[in-house]
Formats: sequence, structure tokens, C-alpha cells
Amino acid sequence: MQDEPTPVELTKSVADFLRNDITPLISGHQAFKLRVAVNILDLVMRQLTREEGSDASEVVRLRALLGVDGEVTDLNRALAARIAKGEADLATPGLAEHLWATTMDKLAVDQPNYASYKRELGRG
Amino acid sequence: MIEAELSRSAQRWCPGATSVTGAAKLSGGASQETWRFDIAHPDGPIGAILRRSPKGYGAAPTRAAGLAAEAQLMQLAYEAGVPSPRVMHVLTPDEDLGTGFIMQRVEGETIARKILRDDEYAAARPHLARQIGGVLARLHRLPLDKLPELRSRNATQEISEFERDYRSLNWPKPVFELALRWLRDHDPGASAETTLVHGDFRNGNLIIGADGVRAVLDWELAHLGDPMEDLGWVCVNSWRFGEIDKPVGGFGSREELFAGYEAAGRKCDPSRVKFWEVMGTLRWGIMCGGMMQRFREGPDHSMERAMIGRRASETEIDLLRLLAPRGS
Repeated sequence: MQDEPTPVELTKSVADFLRNDITPLISGHQAFKLRVAVNILDLVMRQLTREEGSDASEVVRLRALLGVDGEVTDLNRALAARIAKGEADLATPGLAEHLWATTMDKLAVDQPNYASYKRELGRG
Repeated sequence: MIEAELSRSAQRWCPGATSVTGAAKLSGGASQETWRFDIAHPDGPIGAILRRSPKGYGAAPTRAAGLAAEAQLMQLAYEAGVPSPRVMHVLTPDEDLGTGFIMQRVEGETIARKILRDDEYAAARPHLARQIGGVLARLHRLPLDKLPELRSRNATQEISEFERDYRSLNWPKPVFELALRWLRDHDPGASAETTLVHGDFRNGNLIIGADGVRAVLDWELAHLGDPMEDLGWVCVNSWRFGEIDKPVGGFGSREELFAGYEAAGRKCDPSRVKFWEVMGTLRWGIMCGGMMQRFREGPDHSMERAMIGRRASETEIDLLRLLAPRGS
């Protein structure tokens, strides 16, 4: 077991420093790049916080859909192959629900302000 | 310094031009650059734009029409009354500026979020969807026999091409697979009519002023194909910039777009438009994957590229909203 602070806490300290102390000092293209940098750190923190839980639920759904066991990347690859071959489609029980749940978990990390995501979150 | 070469060039084709000032690079990858500058003239400065491939970057990527074709298309569009900058000069090798062309600078805004939110465009916004329909109709009527040589692509060929691009990324995505199946199942085949297709007609590639559309830019993906492709692409959710209930670039409805198109004397096929919207959403998603690959393998390791790679999931949710919508 590693010591603390945790990776999330460490990353947050860098993001806060850049956002609060450095942002007021620079302008132009460098300011744009700094905003991108801060966005990256925020994304990394969301992923560190959520990935374990969302991957675990994704694996549970994928096992049920595919009837096989494996790592999340292998199971994803297997599902992609089945859809490509026409062995699974939107008529397959649970497939649409699985794709929705997985995609919502990705947006929660990648782009929680994306308008389509916010709309669908309101439906959930 | 580029101003010296531009000055020598302008003096050759712009009578009265004395020099060039204020040259500034607006954007540029490795192979293509855009510069703004002013031509000093006794009647007052003339605003101009240079689009060029610097020396040593002559070859265009496979999907691109090439700068010479772009210049020709913009000039044809200008003459046909499509809002477009006037092409002032096509570069020649002895000018030492690379390959490309110089066009009149059209003032206005291209940044989509500003166009959608700033007060300056509030009066124009409600009319833009219909106006865009009219612009596209005129663009699709450009005479085929006057066009430069362009690649020709029907829906079936495009599906195969995108599938190949996607598979080459080795990036298995069940939602993209579903979209590819849907596209194959709904492939409308070759269109009854083949026209010029702009290929990247969207919010972000239009210069907008308080009076509406002033210019159509970025003709590099122009090709021959199904005119409904442009109508589908302009509706892709990625170009609505948050205004998700206004499919046409965040400006207005498909009905307004179609009305503008038909009022200008051309017919719409809404089911083909939907097909191309799905295709376009997948296309942008695969392009995000390409950005990820370029970030990882070079030559561009920038943070911006990395983050665009992470926008593929936006197209996944939009594909699901199109193909497997949930109850409201």
C-alpha cells in the first residue's frame, strides 16, 4: 500500500495551483494552453475517482451479455467483434442498456459539461 | 520574413500596391498555413488572407482537394453568388511563397460559440438555418463541367473508407461497430444526382456577420457526391456547440434548413440527410481517434490533440441518441 496524499489529492494540488496562482499571470496562446492543461488534470482526477467502480460494473454487464469472463478491455473487444459480425444488435436483450451505461460513465469522466450528457443525465 | 515575399508578389498583381504590412499567422499545421496581412495601397489598405503549403509540403493528404482546387472552387462560388471571398491571386513558384493562393479578407466571426452567444449576432441567428439552406442549394448548383478535378465518393465507398480508418486505429468501440452496422443497413446507395459537395460545411467554417453568412471557408474536403451529405454534416451535434435542440449548427431546425434549400430550387431527401448525419457523427468520432493516434505516435504530442482524443465519447453518446434513443 502506498502512502498518502492520494494521487487524486496530489493532482488536485497541482490543478489548484495552476488555476489560482498561474492563470492570472499569463495571457494569449499560453493562457489557452494552460486552460487545456488544467482541464487535463481535472479529467485525470475524475478518472482516478470513478474508473474502478465504473469498470467493475461494466465487467459485470459484459459477462452477462457475452457469457464469458475476462478483463474489461478483452470483453470490450469481444463485444465489438460480435456486433461487427452481426451476432449482437440493439434487439439483443441488455445491449442498449449496457452501451448507454458505459457511455454515460465515459462522459462523466471525459466531458461532464457536454450538453447531450447533461440532457441524458436528467432522464436517468 | 514573409512580408518581403508578399510585398513583391502583391506589387505584381495588385496595381498601386506599395507594400505589405501586419502579416500574422492565424493557424497552421505542418503542411498548411493561413496568414492575414494588409496590402498598403494609395486608396487605403486592402485586407487579405494567404493560404499556403510552405515549400517542401506540396503533396496534399489523400482526402484533400489541394490548394489549387480550393482556389478554383472559391472563385467559382464567388462568381455564382455563394458567399465567398474573392480569390485575388494564385501563387506561382518564382514567388518563393510555396503553393497556395491569396484571397480578399472577409470581416466577421468564425468562432462558433461567439456566433451562438454574442449579442452582435442575435438578429442574424434566427435566420441562419434557412439562409444556410439557400447557400448550400447555390453551392450544389455549381456547374460540374467547370469544377477542378475532385475525388468522387458515394455513401457505400464512404462507409468502407471510414471502416478502414477505424479498424486501422485498433481501438474497439462497440458503439462505433453498431453505427457501422446501421450505416450498412441503411446505405442509400449512389444518389440520383451527383453534385459538388463542400465536405466540411459547418458552424466554425462560416464567416458570420450581423447580417448573416458572409463567407464559406475551408473547401479542402470538397468532392463529388450526394448533395445531402452537406445537409447532414451541418446537423451533426458536435457543431451545435451546446445548442442541442437546434440541429443546424445550433442556429435552427432542419425544417428551416430544408425550406431554405427548397426555396432556392432544389429538393431535399430527409432520410438521406439523417443517414449522413449518422455518418458525420461517426466520422468526427473516428477523426478524434486519429488525433489520439497522432498524439501518441507523433508528430504532434500536444495537449490539445490529446484532449481531442478524449472527445470521441461525445460522438458515442450522440450516436446512441440517434440510433437507440431512450424514452423521454
